[in-house]
Amino acid sequence: MKAVCWMGKEDVQVLNVPDPKILNERDAIIKITRTAICGSDLHLYNGYIPTMMEGDILGHEFMGEVVETGSEVSNLKQGDKVVVPFTIACGNCFFCQHEMYSVCDNSNPKPEGQETAYGFAGSGLFGFSHLMGGFAGGQAEYARVPFADVGPIKVPDSIEDEKVLFLSDIFPTGFMAAENCNIQEGDTVAIWGAGPVGQFATKSAFMLGAEKVVLIDHYQDRLDFAKANNENVETINFDDTEVHDKLKDLTGGRGPDSCIDAVGLESHGTTPDAILDRVKAAVFLATDRPHALRQAIFCVRKGGTVSIPGAYGGFMDKFPIGAAFNKGLTFKMGQTHMQKYMPKLLSAIEEGKIDPSFVISHRLNLSEAPMGYDKFNTEKNDWRKIVLMP
Amino acid sequence: MKSKNQEKSLANILTNTQTNIGTSERVVSAVGGGALLTYGLKRGDTLGVMLSILGGGLALRGATGHCQVYDALGIDSNDKSTNPKSPFDNSWVSGKIHVTKAVTINKSPAELYQFWRNFENLPKFMSHLESVTVTGEKTSFWKAKAPLGTTVEWNAEITSEQENQRIGWKSVEGSDIPNSGVVEFNPTSTRGTEVRVLLTYESPAGELGAIIAKLFGEEPSQQVYGDLYRFKSLMESGEIITVEGQTSGREPQAKKASA
Repeated sequence: MKAVCWMGKEDVQVLNVPDPKILNERDAIIKITRTAICGSDLHLYNGYIPTMMEGDILGHEFMGEVVETGSEVSNLKQGDKVVVPFTIACGNCFFCQHEMYSVCDNSNPKPEGQETAYGFAGSGLFGFSHLMGGFAGGQAEYARVPFADVGPIKVPDSIEDEKVLFLSDIFPTGFMAAENCNIQEGDTVAIWGAGPVGQFATKSAFMLGAEKVVLIDHYQDRLDFAKANNENVETINFDDTEVHDKLKDLTGGRGPDSCIDAVGLESHGTTPDAILDRVKAAVFLATDRPHALRQAIFCVRKGGTVSIPGAYGGFMDKFPIGAAFNKGLTFKMGQTHMQKYMPKLLSAIEEGKIDPSFVISHRLNLSEAPMGYDKFNTEKNDWRKIVLMP
Repeated sequence: MKSKNQEKSLANILTNTQTNIGTSERVVSAVGGGALLTYGLKRGDTLGVMLSILGGGLALRGATGHCQVYDALGIDSNDKSTNPKSPFDNSWVSGKIHVTKAVTINKSPAELYQFWRNFENLPKFMSHLESVTVTGEKTSFWKAKAPLGTTVEWNAEITSEQENQRIGWKSVEGSDIPNSGVVEFNPTSTRGTEVRVLLTYESPAGELGAIIAKLFGEEPSQQVYGDLYRFKSLMESGEIITVEGQTSGREPQAKKASA
């Protein structure tokens, strides 16, 4: 089969590799009909995530048709149309039973790395480095899905693929980011990052009752896109506007009730801290570049919530703990507990409350993936979300 | 001021005839050290150089019966008086290793106890065990993988048991690797069962053997932890998650696809 393989920093190639096979009785093999490139794939592409190996198959947003199941998978059969969540979860451990699927105890075959780095290991993830289990990803013609009786959600044949594809990651991720804000009547939510997760967080914040959403980025086209898709969204382009002042202005001096960092570890910015982060990351003195997160902590109102769906992997400098402590902030974060959100968000799609395909900007053949990665990385204004067709 | 140890010259090391290593350990040390020295030199890379230095040191301690590391640590494996009544007293091994690890499993003590009590299940999650055959109500025959592709085997007997709470076992006298173990299953109020294992065994080449094992990624405490974790996964999810055998661009058949 054809698969998109990580071959080194800024080097992905489409290779012919052996087809995947069932390795455990709770596995299934999926013939992939649609897959996508995620913003977090760019962290891998740009070499920010350690423990990638040459030849690793990329991709954690995918869906398709069940072609084979292990003997312990009784809820799926050949021909079922399914969307696969990017977090792999057993469904049996303490964490799964408390709907914390992304920190499942039993789905990372290589927990030692995270235990050393983080104290404990989270769940396995598709196509996201050996720290996350080293699972082959879904930017391919076929994928092996472990714990297939818990992960993949069946979708009706009548729904177009592109309407449900983003149940695999970015829709639930944006939704959990907004849910973590515990939105109350009258709330203003500020969101850093107008990429796909920021776009879904915006929609989700409105779905959950936010009065106002302010989206912050410096890609004007992405901000304009959000304006075109949401009636009441305000936007701030940080290249020409001072963010803190503007947010205070938009909230009558109060500051936003909650702030979402939908950027993660490759935050851009032109302030001194962001430039220093970039230098430090380049010479390996720090791993993550958290400019957006610092700004979110600074801007949020007293007693507010900072919600972090953007991915972080290592260490950050100059964490503004003084601001966080003295303002009495709440922090919520983590990889998305996918299996918790997929059923209700599928219902929202079926009821016509949202059509997630709005976010797509480009459709490419799987063999064009290397070009797609390059464009997505360098031309962020136009290349918002790429769907790959095997 | 220089410490006493720092004043030791190479000549002193080579001529120090005071023996602080047991006889059998000397043999293992000399043979193993020689093999490591040869292997290290063959590799020729940085790790190879390190291994050959280690090997050379081992061979030296085997030949002289004197170990500088033991000196520094105050260990004397030739001193029978420090451990006169060891249950595993055996002339050709020395250096007892204790490992204790715990894991919490989302199952009842009874389910876990029943699975463990059938020792033939142990190789399903203990990666170094090849097989265990139950030979009697309290006795069993164990086969384990050892470094460099060899195997070791021994007979074991259950020394104590309390249903759904505790199992203790021990290798019978004269075993290659004298060892014993205890596993306890303690219920918690809401978090399942705390499983605690204590393993004791004597390693060939003594404590230095454990250090060498560590170099090859077979450090006992990590191994026991890995085994317990696999036990947890097997009991909770019914299988042990793996990526062994999955496809990738590293497979020999992989080649660039034509666009």
